[in-house]
Amino acid sequence: MTVFKGKGVYGAIAIGKASIFKRRDAAVRRESIEDPAKELERVEAAKAKAVEQLEKIHDKALKEVGEANAEIFEIHIMMLDDEDYNDSIKSIIETQKVNAEYAVAVTSDNFAEMFASMDDAYMQARSADIKDISNRLIACMSDDGNTFEGDGAKTIVCADDLAPSETVSLDKDKVLAFVTAYGSSNSHTAILARNMNIPAVIGAGEEFLKGITDGSMLIVDGHTGEIYVSPDEETIKRYTEKQEADARKKQLLQELKGKENVTLDGTKINIFANIGGVGSIGAVLANDAGGIGLFRSEFLYLESEDYPTEEQQFTAYRKVLESMAGKKVIIRTLDIGADKQIDYFKLDKEDNPALGFRAIRICLTRPEIFRTQLRALYRASAFGNLGIMFPMITSVSEVEKCIAACDEVKKELKSEGIKYNEDTEIGIMIETPAAAVISDRLAPLVDFFSVGTNDLTQYTLACDRQNAKLESFVDTHHEAILRLIELSAKNAHANGAWIGICGELGADPELTETFLRMGIDELSVSPPYVLPLREKVRSINLK
Amino acid sequence: MKQFTYTIKDEVGIHARPAGNLVKLIKGYSSTVTIEKEGKPAINATALMKLMGLGVKCGDTVKFSIEGDDEEASAKAIEEFMTANL
Repeated sequence: MTVFKGKGVYGAIAIGKASIFKRRDAAVRRESIEDPAKELERVEAAKAKAVEQLEKIHDKALKEVGEANAEIFEIHIMMLDDEDYNDSIKSIIETQKVNAEYAVAVTSDNFAEMFASMDDAYMQARSADIKDISNRLIACMSDDGNTFEGDGAKTIVCADDLAPSETVSLDKDKVLAFVTAYGSSNSHTAILARNMNIPAVIGAGEEFLKGITDGSMLIVDGHTGEIYVSPDEETIKRYTEKQEADARKKQLLQELKGKENVTLDGTKINIFANIGGVGSIGAVLANDAGGIGLFRSEFLYLESEDYPTEEQQFTAYRKVLESMAGKKVIIRTLDIGADKQIDYFKLDKEDNPALGFRAIRICLTRPEIFRTQLRALYRASAFGNLGIMFPMITSVSEVEKCIAACDEVKKELKSEGIKYNEDTEIGIMIETPAAAVISDRLAPLVDFFSVGTNDLTQYTLACDRQNAKLESFVDTHHEAILRLIELSAKNAHANGAWIGICGELGADPELTETFLRMGIDELSVSPPYVLPLREKVRSINLK
Repeated sequence: MKQFTYTIKDEVGIHARPAGNLVKLIKGYSSTVTIEKEGKPAINATALMKLMGLGVKCGDTVKFSIEGDDEEASAKAIEEFMTANL
C-alpha cells in the first residue's frame, strides 16, 4: 500500500480501479517493422483485451438496457473474431511488413467501405460497428494502456492534468473519481469536479502516476486529498465505513430540503447555485437551491464550432429560465480569456492571461458578440426571472457602456415588437480589487453585486490561481479579501443594491457567519453545497 | 451432405443480430456450413462479416449446405432457427 497526497476538491470517497487517461492519437501511422510475428502477437493480445472490455460492457448493458440492446456487444466480440477480418490484418502485416495498428486501420477501412457501399441503409450503418471495434483494437495496442472511456465499468480516472474541456467530456456515469498529478485546487477543472459531485484530488504529484497502472486498486479521499494505491483490507474496510457515513450525512441533508435558510435568531439569506450548463439544472433543483446565482454562459461558446447564434443562445437561456419557474436566474455574460481559449475567437496568446484581454473587455471591444448575447438574454427575459451580470468590471465607464448596450438592445427589441422583461436586473461581478474599492461609485448604477472570490483572491493577493506552486501562499481568508467584500456590501446596501457571493468562498462554512454579519444577501455555491450550507446557516446565532 | 433452401420472411433480413446468433449456433456443431444467395458464390456461414455482407433481405432465398459428422442435427437446428427468427 502506498499513500499519495494532493488537494481534495470534492469531499467524498471513492473506492475502485484506476484507469489512466490517455489522449488518444487519432491518426494511425504506417511504420515498417522487422518482425511480423511480433506484430501478430500484439494483435492477439489487443484482441484479448478488447474482448474483455466488450464483455464487461455487454454485462453492464445487459443489466441496464436489456438483452436485446446488449446483444450488439456480443456481435462486436464475434466481429473481432471474424476470420476474414483477421486474415486481412494478418496478410497486411505479413506482406507489407507494417505495424499492427496500420494493418487494423486499413482492414477497418476496407470492411467499413464494403458495408457502406451496400444498398441497404441498415447494413450501411454496420460500417460504424467495424470502425468501432477497429478503434477499440487499435486503442488496446498502445503499450501503456487504453483510454479509460473504452471500459464500461466505473473507474477512477487518473491523468497528468485534465483540461476543462476534457473534464466536461468525461461521462459521469463511468467516473468514480478523478485524480490529477498536477493542477491547482482553484483551477476550472477542480471547480467542474465539484459541480459534477465527483470525488476528486488534484495535484497528487507525478510519482503517483508512475505508481499505478490500469486496474490498480485505489481509494480516493476527497476530504483529505489522500490516495491509497493497492490499499490493504483494513484500509478498505475503514474507508467503506467512511463512505457509508458520508451517505448517511447526505441522507440527513436531504431532510433539510424545503427548509428555510434562516439563522437561529431569524436572519435570512438566499442560497443559490452556480452552474455551467443547461445539463446541471437537475442538480440545482435536486439540491433545493433558491435560484441560480451564477450561470456561466461560456459553455455555449465552448461547445460550438463558431459563434453561437442569437437563436441558439436564446433557446438555452429560455430553457434555464423556464426550468427554474420564476426563481431568480443570474446569467453572466461571456467570460473567456487566454486561459479559456476558444479557437474561433482567435485570441492572441498572452503571457499573463489573468490580466489580459478577457471577459467584458472582449465584449466591449467586439460589440457584435456582445449584442448577440444581450439580444438573446433580453428575449429570454420574458420567460422567467432573469438577472444579467457582467464580469471583470474595473471602472464606472465600463458599467455605463454595458448599460448603454443593454438599453440599445431593449430599444431594438421594442421596435421589432419582441417581448422582454423591462425589470430585468443588471448586476456586476466584484472580482477585481478596483471594483471593490470604488463600489460606492458602482452600486448606484446597478441592481446587484456578486463577489467572485476566486478572481478577487488572485488579484488581491497577486497569486495566479492556475499556478499550483502558489497554493501555500493563497490564504483565502486573508483580511484584505474580507475587507473588500465588507466594503462592497456596505456600499451596495447604502445604494439600494443587494450583494451576493458566487465564488468558492461562499461555500466555506468557516466564513458563513462572517458573511451573515456583513449582511450578504445571497450565497451562490455549487449545487452539492447548497444543503450543507443551509445546515450551517440554521446552526448559527448572530445575537 | 444436407441441403435446404429458405426464403426470408423477416422484414430486415439477415441483419447483425440474427447473423451473429446464426454463426453462434453453427459454431456449436462440427459440421461445415455454407450459405449461398442466388447469383452469388457460396460463403462459409460462420464468416460473420461476409454473411452480413451478403445483404440477405426479405424475400431472398438462400441455400444452406451442411457437411460433417453431425450434419443431421446441425441442419435441423439451422432450419429451426431460420423459421423462428427469419
